[in-house]
Amino acid sequence: MPLRLTALDALHRSLGATMTDFAGWDMPLRYGSEREEHLAVRTRAGLFDLSHMGEITVSGPQAGELLDHALVGFVSALGVLRARYTMICREDGGILDDLIVYRTAEDEYLVVANASNAQVVLDALTERAAGFDAVVRDDRDAYALLAVQGPEANGILAKLTDADLPGLKYYALLPATVADRRVWLARTGYTGEDGFEVFCAPADAEHLWTALTEAGTAEGLVPCGLSCRDTLRLEAGMPLYGHELSTELTPFDAGLGRVVRFDKTTNGGAFVGREALEKAAAQAGDNPPRKLVGLVSEGKRVPRAEYSVVDAEGAVIGRITSGSPSPTLGRPIAIAYVDAAHAEPGTAVAVDVRGKAEPVEVVALPFYKRAR
Amino acid sequence: MSNPTHLQYTKEHEWLTAAVDGVSTVGITAHAADALGDIVYVQLPAVGDTVTAGETCGELESTKSVSDLFSPATGEVTEVNQAVIDEPALVNSEPFEGGWLFKVRVEATDELLDADGYTAFTGA
Repeated sequence: MPLRLTALDALHRSLGATMTDFAGWDMPLRYGSEREEHLAVRTRAGLFDLSHMGEITVSGPQAGELLDHALVGFVSALGVLRARYTMICREDGGILDDLIVYRTAEDEYLVVANASNAQVVLDALTERAAGFDAVVRDDRDAYALLAVQGPEANGILAKLTDADLPGLKYYALLPATVADRRVWLARTGYTGEDGFEVFCAPADAEHLWTALTEAGTAEGLVPCGLSCRDTLRLEAGMPLYGHELSTELTPFDAGLGRVVRFDKTTNGGAFVGREALEKAAAQAGDNPPRKLVGLVSEGKRVPRAEYSVVDAEGAVIGRITSGSPSPTLGRPIAIAYVDAAHAEPGTAVAVDVRGKAEPVEVVALPFYKRAR
Repeated sequence: MSNPTHLQYTKEHEWLTAAVDGVSTVGITAHAADALGDIVYVQLPAVGDTVTAGETCGELESTKSVSDLFSPATGEVTEVNQAVIDEPALVNSEPFEGGWLFKVRVEATDELLDADGYTAFTGA
């Protein structure tokens, strides 16, 4: 199947981007040095094309009840123009995807799924909508998505919009006019920095990208690819589906049990996966299996996804899910599932890097937290 | 970055200088460094090791991947570039100069390309 192109494809090519196949989309991996792009987001600002993300609109009088049934979160309790990180699970508690749900109106929600899972989420929501007075609509082609992330993001947006940015809190959104175009402006992101995500019509994407670039040049804004997006989220300890999250794992396995809201009052408290997740919650409390931890290496070799974590005797005690050099820490970092007995921060373990045991230390996540 | 005409190249994207007193300098091309992205770790053969043309003699790690380093020549390694071991980003910033990798007393080489041949090979 040919790769899908975003509305900004020609622009990426004119910028000399190195492109990559990401979940069937031809996406910018990096424009120049991914390390420089990463550091720009930490210290100044970066501009991302995230149009591969899967937007699904759920609307109708029972849209909230449907989402409370279909997802693990208490979505109907969300205020209008607020957003929440949540997950969609199978009946057996396995994670189908992690999501951000934005409440765009009293009876309308925008669900944003990972590109790789957008069809799965769309199918599950459509199936789970049976019996609810609500409509599930595939809006993947209705939106392009740009993100401006970094400490200068607020100042850059302020040049292009009259929207109440100081009043726009983290995990909230506004209908706004940015550079004369109507958009949904959300204070969300996947980098560990302050920043915005701009949902716009695909036809407006190039205009907005250019306007943001011009407004941000003085502040040091640079275009950023998916490579640095991955290292930014890794430093911030944020999970990535297919790495830290999968259908084989429950939210409790991933240390994210807080997203499961057993206290929901809609639908009599019933939701897809509830029974299995109650068992998973009890097990996580009494007898946790492997735990998700951070690892920091003293060396230069990078512990990468799928490498084994080993103890002093060389016995396998865990598995790495994501690993990379950390531009901020200046040393390699990784996220891994390790046996609970070795999961305490400060524990010395090792990673089998292609046959050689590289010493690493277990640390609490995240690796990086911005100063507020 | 264009490929310097005084070097010879392999299809594995290494370059080799003309021998001086039998010793050539080896590195990877700008094309290869660009494709790898930011290089964060370089593992080189040790001085005194014998390397073989076309065979693996080290490793280059970038943010996203690990790649084998192939030797363009057979012979004894006479020197390695400590500067790139300490600062692997030199391979990205100066692939044909400060980012050289090692020197080898050349006994034999595989088929090598000149700059035009390598440029044509990479389709640049």
